[in-house]
Amino acid sequence: MSANDEDNKQQFRPEDHPNDHFLLTTVVGSYPKPKWLNRAKELYQDPESDFDGDNWTEAKDDACRLITNEHERAGLDVVVDGEMRRNEMVEFFAHRIDGYEFNGPIKVWGHNYFDKPSVVSEVEYDESWLVDEYEFTAGASDRPVKVPITGPYTLANWSFNEAYEDDDELTLDLADLVNEEIEKLVEAGARYIQIDEPALATTPDDHAIVGESLERIVAGLPDDVRIGLHVCYGDYSRIYPEILEFPVDEFDLELANGDYEQLDVFKDPEFTKDLALGVTDAHIAEVDSVEQIEENIKRGLEVVPPEQLVISPDCGLKLLPREVAYGKMANMVEAARNVEEDLDEGRIDVDRSTAAPADD
Amino acid sequence: MTDYVSTTPGLFPLPDWAKDDLSDLKGHQKHDLISGDEDEEITSVYEEARTEVLEIQREADLDRVVEGQLRWDDMLAHPLAVHDAVETRGIVRYYDNNNFYREPVVTDDLEFDGDIASELETATDLLDADDDLQAVLPGPYSLFDLATDEHYGDDEEFLAAVGDFLADELEAFPDHETLFLLEPSLVTDSPADGLDELASEAIDTVASATDADVVVQPYWGALSEKVHAHLLDADIDAVGYDFVSNQEDNLYNINEYGTADDISLGLVDGQNTLVEDPEAVRDRTDWVFDQLPVAEFDTVYLTTNTETFYLPFNKFEEKLAVLAEAASLAEVTPA
Repeated sequence: MSANDEDNKQQFRPEDHPNDHFLLTTVVGSYPKPKWLNRAKELYQDPESDFDGDNWTEAKDDACRLITNEHERAGLDVVVDGEMRRNEMVEFFAHRIDGYEFNGPIKVWGHNYFDKPSVVSEVEYDESWLVDEYEFTAGASDRPVKVPITGPYTLANWSFNEAYEDDDELTLDLADLVNEEIEKLVEAGARYIQIDEPALATTPDDHAIVGESLERIVAGLPDDVRIGLHVCYGDYSRIYPEILEFPVDEFDLELANGDYEQLDVFKDPEFTKDLALGVTDAHIAEVDSVEQIEENIKRGLEVVPPEQLVISPDCGLKLLPREVAYGKMANMVEAARNVEEDLDEGRIDVDRSTAAPADD
Repeated sequence: MTDYVSTTPGLFPLPDWAKDDLSDLKGHQKHDLISGDEDEEITSVYEEARTEVLEIQREADLDRVVEGQLRWDDMLAHPLAVHDAVETRGIVRYYDNNNFYREPVVTDDLEFDGDIASELETATDLLDADDDLQAVLPGPYSLFDLATDEHYGDDEEFLAAVGDFLADELEAFPDHETLFLLEPSLVTDSPADGLDELASEAIDTVASATDADVVVQPYWGALSEKVHAHLLDADIDAVGYDFVSNQEDNLYNINEYGTADDISLGLVDGQNTLVEDPEAVRDRTDWVFDQLPVAEFDTVYLTTNTETFYLPFNKFEEKLAVLAEAASLAEVTPA
């Protein structure tokens, strides 16, 4: 982990990258599951069916290969397996951590629900969470693989706490478990870890506890491991610039959904980390044009120079129709390559010191 | 003798089967949320779910039953989200929760809509003779705070317009025993000088549109002294206090400025699965009154501190039973 070190990003640059500039393209993580995978899950859960555990594992392996390949076809520089093995970002982990129990789904928004777990006793590390997933995906692709992992603050905050005196205590206990898991991932070869902390935007006064838990998470990790932090759907002015103190290389931020209304927040003081800019809304089921995404990418250049810019959708794409998710990724990559070319040719000139907010 | 009334602020979780059915019928994206003109199939799912939650409240033996506000995809922003003069835009965070609603942007005059009145009518049709219906609305300040104005031009005018709009909606409601006006924004985004007085005036406007007892329920902390004092100027029957999130400041407000003739106590946690013991809730009721020099109330409402859609359905059901049980225990051995 080395903050704002250009080499850190460059280690993911493909050998045959066509342009001098390199705007790393990736996704936040989740991706629509193929319909047959959902069908396979139903069969697996149906006691009448002879579709057994081995069949279910094979189905998930196949889906992981398929979506990793889909990310490659879209041209992403860093791929993910689309979280084919995960059901939800808190549930998945809570099932693997001792101390949690489940009571049923609760609403997040509209008809999007999750099985918010309850912490009923002290949390403990049991089985590995993601090493198998990482090793399988890395074996299925020649490209670098990013591992998204839900952060301890979100794991604590999006659980019902029946056991701990306060949520901070729970967060720090969970941070130790996340650290243990990341150490195992790094041992297995992972070089790009993204900590997902969407809950940070909900209770912004807590940026100190998130910082403290990140210190625990990165303790003992090699410098060249890239650590990103994904935050979304909140009032960023309440956490910026405090988050610049966090021991991470990159902030991955949702900004397209709000039409870059909050972009100015990050202009002062100077954004000293890499910015993974959300350039397409993850909750609009329409593929943005390449031209539109190019414009969005240029908004990122108002905040950071190209060396610090990474291109990504706002958030996980799992709720979109699959063809729309693919279209967004493919157009995103095309747009990034076009902007790189324009930068190479000196056709883009963004003066960040006088960059004015858009007047729309 | 004090009357202990067990109730809830509404906005229930959907039964799990209805979550599934409505996900399938409506979808998962921004434009799939409730529009106010949903088709027959969707309407019938809501009807069945409404029947179920009314039955659960009856079984729990709550003193007030609510319709459940099961259609309120946008939570307290619902009355605007379905309104013709409102555009819904990006999804935005609902207070400091992991919940989201569509940003309602008011682009024209907020005229009478009738959405909630007709929702409530469908509940009235399902009531037994001895059921006491409680209506639920966002308080005008919270609704104002959740929305964006692109029509009225200034805060004062917009807030007053939201108050008038809610009053018009309320006038069309079927008979109800009690009205809960949910006002979390009075705590979380406390109105600035000047606006605090107008917030109370807007509450007064709404309260005047019903003959029912009006309870104004702020939550997620305590009101600032000034906002609390202004709120007591409004013609309301009870103020609610969230004793789950803040005991000290709420007690201070009551001791320092008094409160209305009735009181509503948020003592059961609407956001945690740990189910309270009814005796413990009764004891906490006693404890609150022990802290007050004068504790003569005609009516004491016992409720969860917040809406209940945050809970899994099984725990939600258990908490309703706790509230009902705690109220009858308090009735037997009053504070």
